[in-house]
Amino acid sequence: MPKDTGIGASTKRREDVRFLTGRGVYTDDLSLFGQAHAVMVRSTVAHGRIVSIDTSAVESMPGVLAVFTGEDFKDVGGNPAGWLINSRDGTPMREPKRPVLAHGKVRHVGDAYAAVIAESYAQAKDAAQVLSDATEIEELPAIVDMKAAAADASNRVHDEIPDNICFDWGWIEDNRAAVDAAMKAAPHVVTLELTNNRLVPNAMEPRASIGEYFPGTGDYKLTTTSQNPHLTRLLICAFVMGIPENKLQVVAPDVGGGFGSKIYHYGEEALVLAAAKRLGRPVRWTAERTESFLSDAHGRDHVTKIELGCTKEGDILAIRTETYANVGAYLSNFSTATPTFLHGTLMAGPYKVPHVYVNVKTVFTNTAPVDAYRGAGRPEATYSIERVVDKMCRELGLDPFEVRRRNLLTPDQFPYTTPVGLVYDTGNYQATLDKAVDLADVAGFEARRAESAKRGKLRGMGLSTWIEACGIAPSHLVGVLGARVGLYDAATVRVNATGTISVMTGAHSHGQGHETVFPQIVAEKLGIPASSVEIVHGDTAKIPFGMGSYGSRSLAVAGSAMDRAIDKIIAKGKKIAAHMLEAAEGDITFADGKFSVAGTDKAKTFGEIAFSAYVPHNYPLETLEPGLEETAFYDPANFTYPAGAYICEVEVDEGTGKVDVVAFTCADDFGNVMNPMIVEGQVHGGVGQGIGQAVLESTSYDENGQLLTGSYMDYAMPRADDVPFYTVDHSCSTPCTHNPLGVKGCGEAGAIGSPPAVVNAVIDALQRGGHSHVTHIDMPVSPNRVWQAMNA
Amino acid sequence: MHNFEFVKPSSIADAVAALAAEGAQPLSGGQTLLPTMKQRLAAPEVLVSLTGIPEMQGVCTGDGGLHIGGATPHAVVAREAASHYPALAALAGGIGDPAVRNRGTIGGSVANNDPAACYPAAVLASGVTVVTSTRKIAADDYFQGMFTTALEEGEFITSVIFRIPQAAAYVKFNQPASRFALTAVFVAKFADGVRVAVTGASNNGVFRWEEAEDALTADFSAGAIAGLTASAEDMISDLHGSAAYRANLVKVLTGRAVTAAR
Amino acid sequence: MTKVTMTVNGKSVSAEAEGRTLLVNYLREGLGLTGTHVGCDTSQCGACVVHVDGKAVKSCTVFAMDVAGSEVRTIEGMANADGSLGVVQQAFQDHHGLQCGFCTPGMVMTTAALLANNPKPTEAEVRHELEGNICRCTGYHNIVKAVLAASGQDAGAMAAE
Repeated sequence: MPKDTGIGASTKRREDVRFLTGRGVYTDDLSLFGQAHAVMVRSTVAHGRIVSIDTSAVESMPGVLAVFTGEDFKDVGGNPAGWLINSRDGTPMREPKRPVLAHGKVRHVGDAYAAVIAESYAQAKDAAQVLSDATEIEELPAIVDMKAAAADASNRVHDEIPDNICFDWGWIEDNRAAVDAAMKAAPHVVTLELTNNRLVPNAMEPRASIGEYFPGTGDYKLTTTSQNPHLTRLLICAFVMGIPENKLQVVAPDVGGGFGSKIYHYGEEALVLAAAKRLGRPVRWTAERTESFLSDAHGRDHVTKIELGCTKEGDILAIRTETYANVGAYLSNFSTATPTFLHGTLMAGPYKVPHVYVNVKTVFTNTAPVDAYRGAGRPEATYSIERVVDKMCRELGLDPFEVRRRNLLTPDQFPYTTPVGLVYDTGNYQATLDKAVDLADVAGFEARRAESAKRGKLRGMGLSTWIEACGIAPSHLVGVLGARVGLYDAATVRVNATGTISVMTGAHSHGQGHETVFPQIVAEKLGIPASSVEIVHGDTAKIPFGMGSYGSRSLAVAGSAMDRAIDKIIAKGKKIAAHMLEAAEGDITFADGKFSVAGTDKAKTFGEIAFSAYVPHNYPLETLEPGLEETAFYDPANFTYPAGAYICEVEVDEGTGKVDVVAFTCADDFGNVMNPMIVEGQVHGGVGQGIGQAVLESTSYDENGQLLTGSYMDYAMPRADDVPFYTVDHSCSTPCTHNPLGVKGCGEAGAIGSPPAVVNAVIDALQRGGHSHVTHIDMPVSPNRVWQAMNA
Repeated sequence: MHNFEFVKPSSIADAVAALAAEGAQPLSGGQTLLPTMKQRLAAPEVLVSLTGIPEMQGVCTGDGGLHIGGATPHAVVAREAASHYPALAALAGGIGDPAVRNRGTIGGSVANNDPAACYPAAVLASGVTVVTSTRKIAADDYFQGMFTTALEEGEFITSVIFRIPQAAAYVKFNQPASRFALTAVFVAKFADGVRVAVTGASNNGVFRWEEAEDALTADFSAGAIAGLTASAEDMISDLHGSAAYRANLVKVLTGRAVTAAR
Repeated sequence: MTKVTMTVNGKSVSAEAEGRTLLVNYLREGLGLTGTHVGCDTSQCGACVVHVDGKAVKSCTVFAMDVAGSEVRTIEGMANADGSLGVVQQAFQDHHGLQCGFCTPGMVMTTAALLANNPKPTEAEVRHELEGNICRCTGYHNIVKAVLAASGQDAGAMAAE
């Protein structure tokens, strides 16, 4: 096996060639004969009652073909939440209908209540403006602040939900009394109130959808920017439009990043399908960036009070939290799982903490829906834990590295059942911490601090030891927890007659490099060149099924399905080889691309077996079907648990409050690594987003519910000069114990582990610099905030 | 955006004629105007491009100092003014990003007078003469508050003449999202005194910090302004910085500019 | 509609345009050159960067008519004559300087213009010059490495410093 192709090789990405030459095909790059253009008409107020929409104002405008309003969709279904959460008292969550187009009321700025279809984009845009002006909306007071929304029953986002609360969840409710008792008995209690700032995902490709309808067959086709076309199909068919699943093909071609925001089904997808049917023409829609800001599902937005009980020596005894989580105006598909089972279950962190209780109140507000964004719940958990642990160290005068070592689970404790319902299968948290300390040259920090001081800068160092649960997840478990879907994945391995292979995978690549990595695994297992393997993804007509890519699950779940399917191929190949070689099936071994009779030199190559399967002249037809194609569905036995230690160094400019991240070190345990180059790239990207959250990115609504950060002029995206080179390492590997590849997942790690490391470093810099009154600054630690804190 | 008639004259005279049309508006590099038109905040009926007029291009020394054609892109100023007026060249090289600097022009920036733009600080601190299609205007008379200037309808900037100071520096603190100036200070030391111009900070647009000018004229060192406080009254207060924060920046950045001046 | 003519990737081309037709729309819809992308409406993200007369510009913030007669180069014109990846493109692949690929054309065009002006940039210069190109995937680490490598410098050593 050449070093540049198999498992563990940093194979260069084959998909890069088309992206680097401008030949990628993203949804908006497609141009269809006869296509019409849709422009959405969006609410300019946060909360209001639709009094009238005068569609006659635009129907005769040049090029206008059709106008849709909420009235056109009032008899179809709503876009559902994928996860049912029960409140502490056992009552089910409140689930307001989320219509294709707002009907009766608009509930956030950007809420689409109409759409105009025209011959050209410019005509549709002109007409949308006129329709907006021809709409009367009675403005209602906006509900923006979560705690105020929950406290004030007089003003409701949804008329049928009196207190704006979706659910009030306790995890684990039965443990509450014991946690309260442990907290009361603890020699020291640390309290911290913090905000996990709302983020806008900002995949660089704005969302886009093209609907087609074929009257001859009654088939629909949706081309869309999706991380999971099968789920989109399921939601449109089973819940929203009632189209039979076998009459809708959903294609997600090249997709320019997702980070969670393209998991979900959005109303525009149903709109273009309905419009295509009505007009008998393809109908396309592409978001402008401002629309993305207003209507993509946002991320995070938690306000948390966390308490930590401990000994004076820094042994953590109990953790208790109360969190308000904003779900926005409607429930997006994963919005109820994110602040609960992806957050509360992680609140023990990597520590041997005996008592943990989590309370989450999710609140409706007149803001864009909030859902999973890179990390989804786990960054919120990690940030709360790692910030309060850091505060404990400062209050007790303890070394943050030593305190982590004292509390981290040790390798002999696995499998470990946490007090919040997970079973960590394996890990070595000391090893990653030691590795990070070494790589970050913690010993040399004082010298670097002195050098920074000479340049007038305050230098600080921050640590975060984190764990996450990904590779979501065993269907039977998530079913018990309220999931309304299974979370397995599927793959078909099709060996063609000439020995080339097509792998149809339910995972979807929108930057992760599946087209390169998956063939590395196939090639290694089958002993054939990776160049003979082609990955097919993103098309419901070509792939058996799939739950898509999010939650760092592609390799752990879809990759495992592929691995299982390959095993079936090998098993069938052995049967064919036994027949051809006139040997017992049990005597056939498979290695390096050859089926051999053990102990002899009799062998058939993989290609010969494949050919025989399709030209079965010498073939056991009486017992074996011809052909060589196998499908596997894989449902994992557990989550996977990547973990690691991150160390950040910052410099703070005392005059301006500006924070510069000057060094960032990651030591991660991802289990087995298939392509180190790609894994490192995933960590870089996650850390970049984490630094963005910690230092730059703020999503701000004013008291009227207007989004103040609705473009790149006000929403600070990380740029190349905002970040340093990162040091990343994944050598401390404890392979996952329950999936065949031993992989854990790396896509979200950087975004989970990095924000607390950055903020801890900023507090460290300020404290060392004489600003000892500063014990916390909310993210983003913007220059203005840091300066205000120093000068408070 | 709304549609319009596009005209691209090749002389100042032709541009003046074209701009006499009803609803006509000049277009320079367009780096601000195009995003504004996309938002339908501007809807000219005729757009007169000024980028095809050779007499409005380039940097040269002449009567009164350094002459910069109104349609000269920032990147050209950054390159060609470097040996004559380094602080001005550095300012031009820090506007936006490379692609913006290749299109955006000094005339467009000065005409627009965005309260967070860079050029107005250099113009005011250098005491320039703004030369338009009809007249010459002194910098102190030119700026009239946020997005407001002495320019009349149809009038456009053909060149800007900079006095070259003995020493100068521009220190900009970026608004983290837009990379415009959250606050920035241009300090210029002339034989007849020091001028300090502040952009990004005030609700009234670019302004001179006269207290600092007096102190620095007496003693051109960062220490000379140590006892001063910039007033937070009339300072912009927004997501990115409170008025008090901006007032702090005015002082901190002025000190740094004095130290950096050469 | 008026016919607007310019030279794109070495070929004289023409397509219909209105006054308001942006260069990026002219390229994508008029000429079918969809490698140039639109990622924002405020001239910030840089996904649309092309070269006009050798200079990087944001094609979403230029009217097609304003650059009529110019020499325009897009991502589709960056490969070598034999179709192999050009130096900058190859460096991006070698150093994993792209993930989803959406910002990539703009990154490559900005890099090519940067290296034409400054053949051996420092890391800080590279980061500053990429200020107008936003990438959400890579955290910029491998993009900066790719640019340094494309300049013939030892990117690995510079990143490890």
